[in-house]
Amino acid sequence: MFLSLATTYRPATELGFLLHKHPDRVHEAELPFGKALLFYTEATAERCEAALVLDVDPVGLVRGSGRGDGLLDQYVNDRPYAASSFLCVALNKVLRTAMNGTCKTHQALADATIPLEAVVAPLPVRGGGEALVRRLFEPLGWTVTVTPVEPATPPAGRSTRYVKLNLAGEARLATLLAHLYVLIPVLDDAKHYWVGDDEVEKLLARGAGWLDAHPEKDLIVRRYLKHRRALARTALERLDPEAGDEPEREAVPSPEAVLEAPIRLHDCRLDAVATALAAAGATVVADLGCGEGKLLRRLVRERWPVRLIGLDPSLRELETATRRLKLNEPGGPPEGRVTLLHGSLTYRDQRWAEADAAALVEVIEHIDPAQRPLVERVVFGEARPRTVVVTTPNADYNALFETLPAGAMRHPDHRFEWTRAEFAAWSDAVAAAYGYRVAIEPIGDVDAAHGAPSQMAVFTR
Amino acid sequence: MERNEVRPDRPSGRSVVQRMVSEIRKGLGGLQREGFRQVWKLGSAEAIERAVVSRQPLWTDKRADGGPFDIVGDVHGCADELQTLMGKLGYAVAWSTADGVRRPTVTPPEGRKLVFVGDLGDRGPNTPDVLRIVMAMVAAGTGYCVQGNHDQKLARFLAGRKVTPSHGLQQTIDQLAADGADLKRDLPAFLDGLRSHLWLDGGRLAVAHAGLKEEMIGRASGAVREFALYGETTGEIDEYGLPVRADWARHYRGKTAVVYGHTPFLSAEWLNNTLCIDTGCVFGGKLTALRWPERELVDMPARQVWFEPTRPLAPPPGDGRTAQSASDDVLDIEDVTGRRWVETAMRGRIVVAEENAAAALEVMSRFAIAPNWLVYLPPTMSPVETSPRDGWLERPEEAFEHYRRRGIAEVVCEEKHMGSRAVVALCRDAAAARARFGAFGEETGAVWTRTGRAFFTDAATTEGLLARLRTAADAAGLWEELATDWLLLDAEIMPWSAKAGSLIEGQYAPVADAARAGLTAAREALARGAARGLDLGALDLRFAQRAARADRYAEAWAPYVWTVAGVADLKVAPFHLLASEGRVWFDADHAWHMGLADRLAATGDGVVAPTRWRRVDLADEAACEAAVAWWEALTAAGGEGMVVKPLAFVPRGDKGLHQPALKVRGSEYLRIIYGPEYDAPEHLVRLRERGLGGKRNLAIREFALGHEALRRFVASEPLRRVHECVFAVLALESEPVDPRL
Repeated sequence: MFLSLATTYRPATELGFLLHKHPDRVHEAELPFGKALLFYTEATAERCEAALVLDVDPVGLVRGSGRGDGLLDQYVNDRPYAASSFLCVALNKVLRTAMNGTCKTHQALADATIPLEAVVAPLPVRGGGEALVRRLFEPLGWTVTVTPVEPATPPAGRSTRYVKLNLAGEARLATLLAHLYVLIPVLDDAKHYWVGDDEVEKLLARGAGWLDAHPEKDLIVRRYLKHRRALARTALERLDPEAGDEPEREAVPSPEAVLEAPIRLHDCRLDAVATALAAAGATVVADLGCGEGKLLRRLVRERWPVRLIGLDPSLRELETATRRLKLNEPGGPPEGRVTLLHGSLTYRDQRWAEADAAALVEVIEHIDPAQRPLVERVVFGEARPRTVVVTTPNADYNALFETLPAGAMRHPDHRFEWTRAEFAAWSDAVAAAYGYRVAIEPIGDVDAAHGAPSQMAVFTR
Repeated sequence: MERNEVRPDRPSGRSVVQRMVSEIRKGLGGLQREGFRQVWKLGSAEAIERAVVSRQPLWTDKRADGGPFDIVGDVHGCADELQTLMGKLGYAVAWSTADGVRRPTVTPPEGRKLVFVGDLGDRGPNTPDVLRIVMAMVAAGTGYCVQGNHDQKLARFLAGRKVTPSHGLQQTIDQLAADGADLKRDLPAFLDGLRSHLWLDGGRLAVAHAGLKEEMIGRASGAVREFALYGETTGEIDEYGLPVRADWARHYRGKTAVVYGHTPFLSAEWLNNTLCIDTGCVFGGKLTALRWPERELVDMPARQVWFEPTRPLAPPPGDGRTAQSASDDVLDIEDVTGRRWVETAMRGRIVVAEENAAAALEVMSRFAIAPNWLVYLPPTMSPVETSPRDGWLERPEEAFEHYRRRGIAEVVCEEKHMGSRAVVALCRDAAAARARFGAFGEETGAVWTRTGRAFFTDAATTEGLLARLRTAADAAGLWEELATDWLLLDAEIMPWSAKAGSLIEGQYAPVADAARAGLTAAREALARGAARGLDLGALDLRFAQRAARADRYAEAWAPYVWTVAGVADLKVAPFHLLASEGRVWFDADHAWHMGLADRLAATGDGVVAPTRWRRVDLADEAACEAAVAWWEALTAAGGEGMVVKPLAFVPRGDKGLHQPALKVRGSEYLRIIYGPEYDAPEHLVRLRERGLGGKRNLAIREFALGHEALRRFVASEPLRRVHECVFAVLALESEPVDPRL
């Protein structure tokens, strides 16, 4: 909510011309989300400092000005106080001419490199802390001072996500403002408004002359564009047309994927499952807990499945799967070959009863142990497909992930992770209870002591 | 064809009519094979003219017959057992011999009728006598019999068709040859006249040999007859070489009770309103009868094993669980998805929109505890009407006025603890948990949140807390007093931070940090500007007030946060006893519930926290004022506020249910809800404009659904019937309502 800009250029009061705001007056501007206040805390020939204070209306943020919805859905929110995209909107509105680097009366000064200082408080920093602040501003030539914000509530010594940022250095005023305009929401890793194509134009305009050479270009572009992959790709291509053709990457890769990335484990897993299903002579396969449909996309390329069924409790995941599988789109699978169902493994479901094979790929570890007997009954006792393939991480192998603390799990939603012995015991018990035979196979490269990163059980009857 | 030619509006030519006629001729002969027992052929135009169509109830439709009935399972020639059982049921059987033929005369108890589920003969020692009794009763109008597959096979044998005399048919053939001359004449007609099923007692009861699906009851077709005779098989063969039966009864959802036989079980048990009363008398089991409408079972053990079964009789499901609870382990997706209507005793039919059910599915299946435990979810609670007083959003006066206007004389004010809402299922031991809640393991209860999640992530804490509560219940003597071995309690578990720790860390605390840092920077700048002589007007004062509010916000939740190292650091404040064996306690008033809570807290276990409460006579102005002062003191000392409830648990008025409770939250607590600066005049004036209608409507619907879930659970209804209500509460919670209310 607070930003100050200062210069020691002589005479320093000429900052008033650059900002287009008289140093002896208090300036107020109405914004869609509250008010911006600009006044000078110091105005001498030696040093001149302007303070921009944002007076955000917290009730208006939630309720909106009229009958429409507000920008936020929670009154208890740091937005009225933190330096965020709201501050950037205010900069654009209140200091527009300075942002554009124009000044009717003092254009030479607007174009000149002058000594500048800036303070932003409190600046939220998501992921990376002080080091990230430095990585973003220091390559741009700023002397950076980062002061952590003290916690306002106990326990004392708790670290907060906010810092007070001081920048000092020599630059054009417009350049400083452009840096702040782009990097404040990047550090915050959030924006209060919808990010569309025009946001790429804004970024390229404000980033002109410095962003293409910035060592953290990728991170800046990704965060500024709210992790929208397509937009980020466009922006990066235009910043550096040579690079091009970068492999498609996850917007926010899951912790599990990051951990397992070097071995491309998921591809091994899907291959192993597809091979096991084909070997079992399956014709109608139900992918239980299909998520965004990775296994289905792998299987839809095969010739042998007559029909594929995907089941997931999350409507959002199913929407993604529909898109990725190109269902009901030209170029997608023929009508009726792939069916996606909104459902859950805790309920008996006639809609996928016709499947002669079922796959639970990295699903069982997301099911609460208390619900597990229910899921076992639904799959093995009620639907009873001839083949059931279950894969799950091998907890023994976790010791080999250097970044994973001992005892931790690969994904925050994992309710448990099984060692090889535990998985085998469970598989045998289920097979015995429901009249299946079971064979267990490792997935991925096998370590002599810890086994393979993942494991697969193939149940048949 | 002549007729067709003179009708200009029928452009179809001769060939169409010719083809139609030939198709009819071809199909005519097969009609009876398809299951049509009566076929009239109208061969000429005159016959068509003369024919009159009159509607008659189907043969199977005996809904007009209200009984009472005694329904007897598969007899299979066990004449002695049948007669003893009939004696037990009050039917007198007298035999007389005339012209060398033995004839039974059956005198039923006043007005009662015997209903046989078929399979009268084969395998057993004396099929002829069984046939004599049944034929006599059917002829006398004191008995009904539906056709069994054995009866049908015998009919085919008697009609001279080629039949393999297996599965005991040979015995019947031999017995009829030795002692059945008198039956020869009437038996074929009797067997042929047996119906596929019977629909009785105003549609409340259906009897079929092998059972019947809901949509088949009262209908006639080959498929219906086939199903009624043989049931449904999966097409697989089991290890005894017998067909594996598809369990239609487990999918049965009908309101008509279906009584059937065909598949022998060791004992007869109701499942989803169906009852198989074939208890394998001929295999050495027993002959069972059901008294209807009394629903009593009467049985007669077999005198001996008359016939060795190919497959041993199915044992009842293990672990002391009933067939119903074993079947209920699995719920069906059809019971929860799509647009749904839930019938409640308290408020009639409640609709759940399809999109809300869809939204609830993920929460229910991914985050909630196992459905066998989740027998209740608490309703949402509306806040009181907004206070018109300056500086206040909520005050007790409006709550009193709300109920006074609705004609309620007395209310109970309860301290609202700032913790997290919890429902506690407390069993006396693991055996009770298994028997009543169908628990899988050794757990002795469960604790869950208002969205159905497990309150604690580890079983050890849950069991630790349950043990403390059990000790309190022991000390209070509740098990004996209420004649129960389980209790369902509505409670608040403190501290707030135990459940909301991450919320505090991720959402509430950062706001305090940012507010203090931002406002401090702004105030410093304003001070420097003022020192320069700038005319900042009232800005300095305004920001000083903002900073003061932010500081109060940072302190607001301090009383609700403490470190929890173990169960001993938790506090549980129960305030409702929702249900116990055989009883939903919604009929007891709130003073009774709070009295019980006081007794639990008084047992001296530090984990059970007392809840301060008082009765307030709404006509007594002084009492109301005292209650307001009480609330002011509570909230000034950091309390969340209070809940005002009509004395009666279920408050009813002319227009239906009243709000079962209203919350009146303290001004500092509201800061956590509405943000640090909510009580600045310019904000408060807008926050006052809040619509309570949606929230209140929701509160009443959820209250009725919660009661319905408990009512059904206490009545031992199928889990899906309980789950349907609980699921509906969760689904309603996804309706868009301001979360701050």
